[in-house]
Amino acid sequence: MLSRLWNLLRRKKLERELDAEFRYHLDSLEAEYRERGLSPYEARLAARRDFGGVDQIREAYRDQRGIPMLETLWRDIRFSLRSIRRTPAITFSVIATLAIGIGANTTIFSVVNGVLIKPLPFPDPDRLITVSHTAPGVNVADVGSANFLYFTEREQNQTMEGVGLFGLGSSTVTGRGEPEFVRRLFVTSDTLPILGIEPVLGRYFSESDDTPGSPNTLVLSYGYWQRRFGGDPSVIGQSLMLNAEHWTIIGVMPQRFQFIDERLDVITPNRLDRNQVMLGAYFRRSIARLKPGVTLEQASADVARLIPIAIDSFPPIAGTTRELTRNARLAPSLRPLKQDVVGDVGKTLWVLMATIGIVLLIACANVANLILVRTEGRQHELSVRAALGAGWGRIMRELITESAVLSLIGGTLGVGFAYSSLRTLLAIAPANLPRRAEIGLDGTVMLFALGLSLISCLLFSAIPVVRYARPRLNATLHATGRWSSGSREKLRARSLLVVAQVALAIVLLIGAGLMIRTFEQLNDVNPGFSEPGEVQTFQIGIPETRMPDPELTVRKQQEILDRVRAVPGVASAAYMSDVPMSGGTAADLLVPEGKTFGPGEAPRSTQSRFISPGVFSTLRIPLLMGRDMSWTDIYEKRPVVLISENLARAEWGNPEQALGKRLRGSSPTDQLREIIGIVGDVRDRGLNQPVPPTVYYPVFAERVYNIPVYVWRSVTFTIRSPRTGTGAFLDELRNAVWSVDSNLPLVSVRTMSDLLDASMARTSFTLVMLAIAGAMALLLGVIGMYGAISYGISQRTREIGVRIALGAQSRQVQRMFMKQGLLLTASGVAIGLAAAAALTRWMSSLLFEVSPLDPLTYAAVSVVLVLATAIATYLPSRRATHVDPIDSLRAE
Amino acid sequence: MPKEVLQGTLDLMVLRTLETMGPQHGFGLAKRILQISEGILDLNQGTLYPALLRLEQRRWIKSRWGISDNNRQAKFYELTARGRKQIAEERENWDLTVSLMDRFLKD
Repeated sequence: MLSRLWNLLRRKKLERELDAEFRYHLDSLEAEYRERGLSPYEARLAARRDFGGVDQIREAYRDQRGIPMLETLWRDIRFSLRSIRRTPAITFSVIATLAIGIGANTTIFSVVNGVLIKPLPFPDPDRLITVSHTAPGVNVADVGSANFLYFTEREQNQTMEGVGLFGLGSSTVTGRGEPEFVRRLFVTSDTLPILGIEPVLGRYFSESDDTPGSPNTLVLSYGYWQRRFGGDPSVIGQSLMLNAEHWTIIGVMPQRFQFIDERLDVITPNRLDRNQVMLGAYFRRSIARLKPGVTLEQASADVARLIPIAIDSFPPIAGTTRELTRNARLAPSLRPLKQDVVGDVGKTLWVLMATIGIVLLIACANVANLILVRTEGRQHELSVRAALGAGWGRIMRELITESAVLSLIGGTLGVGFAYSSLRTLLAIAPANLPRRAEIGLDGTVMLFALGLSLISCLLFSAIPVVRYARPRLNATLHATGRWSSGSREKLRARSLLVVAQVALAIVLLIGAGLMIRTFEQLNDVNPGFSEPGEVQTFQIGIPETRMPDPELTVRKQQEILDRVRAVPGVASAAYMSDVPMSGGTAADLLVPEGKTFGPGEAPRSTQSRFISPGVFSTLRIPLLMGRDMSWTDIYEKRPVVLISENLARAEWGNPEQALGKRLRGSSPTDQLREIIGIVGDVRDRGLNQPVPPTVYYPVFAERVYNIPVYVWRSVTFTIRSPRTGTGAFLDELRNAVWSVDSNLPLVSVRTMSDLLDASMARTSFTLVMLAIAGAMALLLGVIGMYGAISYGISQRTREIGVRIALGAQSRQVQRMFMKQGLLLTASGVAIGLAAAAALTRWMSSLLFEVSPLDPLTYAAVSVVLVLATAIATYLPSRRATHVDPIDSLRAE
Repeated sequence: MPKEVLQGTLDLMVLRTLETMGPQHGFGLAKRILQISEGILDLNQGTLYPALLRLEQRRWIKSRWGISDNNRQAKFYELTARGRKQIAEERENWDLTVSLMDRFLKD
């Protein structure tokens, strides 16, 4: 086999040798006959006769020598290339259509591949899981993990190789130029080894690094090491000032390390004290590596077994009982780590993939049309060749080879197109798109593009092949003679394609229309605050290590606030734990005074915000009843709160009833606090999310969250000013902050508008993508319709001529074609509407207060499509009226 | 005598001829085979060449370019060790076939 392949490559040389060998044989025979006295002419004849047919033998010899299929394939390809060059206009349209169709699909697929399909970049990534828990007893779907659960699971599990507990936070690095905010990961010593990758420099945390009281050790991320230390290998052993403490650098992470898709700068050990662990402290995150061969179900059963043991092994928090923890009915919620990394972006991506796939289908229908036209033009040639003895199988093979050549060229260009459009796509994609760094054109994507080229080849070559590669010799030779008009059969294939295109275009346009309606609905939603473009926000954290006293911390925060207020143009300013829509949140269970919980009843889960006075007026959140907090409330640590309107209604029936009532958090040691005000609801988790019931605590308070004296240290300032967004204004704000403390970095500098836009980023991204796909579909559909009608007319010129000669009015003729076009459109629209009704259910999770069957969208899209195709029909049909009967008959 | 050569017999004839005559070019082989068959075999001499290629692909013979008696470039074929083994095998097969057919055809 190999030698045959080799022979294929040195064909020219072998042909020469064969010729020489044959010539030698023939010459020798001829010489013998001459010696026997024959004339040179007779001798040559005799030699030829003895040798046999030179060409047949050569053919037999070649078949023996090479791989016949490959050789004919090569011949077919060369023939195809010659043949497609003969119709450059059609070839160009076909290749361009395919390149765009395949390119667009390859682009979206490379995102789907990078985000959803590719395994995580760790060894044996399928064994990495998130160890989380649910607590149906208190109506919380996901409580994450907790220290007491972690210790029990780590020490007593039988199904996992390692369990790690981690948390994300931030710190301030000082002593190296300007103060810098860094993202910090807290880990237990197991966490990094579980992932199965080695540090590029130094080592990971040992068990003793992770013990309370051990020296401060720290591992750098690759990015931070490059950015701040220039990749200096002598960094190990150096010291870094983190929150005003010295930390020794012991290692550097490899570049490919990405932890649950978070951007990180430094990693420090958790240093949990096992002896201090009590039942509580939930919402920690935990990962584990399954032992080989262990399933998720087995591990879940293992964890389920350990939960009661964990509850019995640790003491309850002062003032609570073990029973309380049992009543939460903790249960395991284990899932692949990848699921946490990817999040809920999968649905959006698959909808985009399906959408762009439909565009390719429409494109293939157009290409099939073009190929049909081309093959029809060659019908005569094909028939003649068949008559001369070409097998129909061979002609079929040729037609397919031609399509394959076209689609492979299109696919290759498509990959080039994908390469450039991927950058554009990533530029407009939502900033929180996970695994962004892993998106690219890799081997899988290339295979996808190749497969797509071959599938589209099959799709668009099927019709011409079925139609032309069969023995109808007489019919075709006859039919391409002068006295024929376009056959009904030919038009039927074409009509089917047009109907399919219209139907698919309807589906896409409805998808895009539903997204537009969703966007409209979202824009109509009141976020709860107003004129967000005027509000500048930034975050500042005063570390406990620098300023341990809570009251001094608040005084410093207020001092900063006063300086900020003094900046020219500032209308009002305040600060709070996290601004709405920033994602940060603290949650607790709410216990109203005097309320007892019967069996099956659970306290309400609420969101907590810690505020300074003036937050509501700055953000323009309406104060519905009562009063705002005052600085006196704060410094005197008065037991007061404000609550959101929806919480007041849900718990007390109406705001009037709620005012003056008292409440506390889940911890029995928490102080009962009086409700002094009710404020408007805020769409804190995004415009398309339900409004979370919210409790607003003072930023400095006593006995809250089971902490005796509490101050929220990492606060976000909100500043309303018409100057928001200008660089000079930001500089003045920064100077105002640094005039109080020059070691405080300003973090997350953005306006409330930015946050609002970010919360709609996924919707607007999906909208833009679907709109592009819908527009492409509409354009391709219209082109297809235009092509089909004008081709129909060109094929029937003679018939039209005869009709007009027999007295038909040109208007009637035009009406005939219009009717045909509208009939096709109507069928396409009907099929498309039905298909859309079935398919758009899949995108209901992307919609907001719009039904997947929204009548307005369906009606509008139908009207747009009918109008567009009417124009596409009208323009060519006008030509039918200009047919001159004499010319058309003479031209034949 | 049938004009068609039994599939496989031509191969054996070529191998055997090469065994007795030593290295030989196509023309010499054809001449020799027709000479031995004394007119029984009516062979288009050209058909020899695909057969030679087939034998070469099976590594029973090998070829090289050389100078013929009349001082011209010609391709010479010669047996390989595998070819010799093949002849022995084929001969055994042939004897078996002949003796088998004998039992059926003799009265």
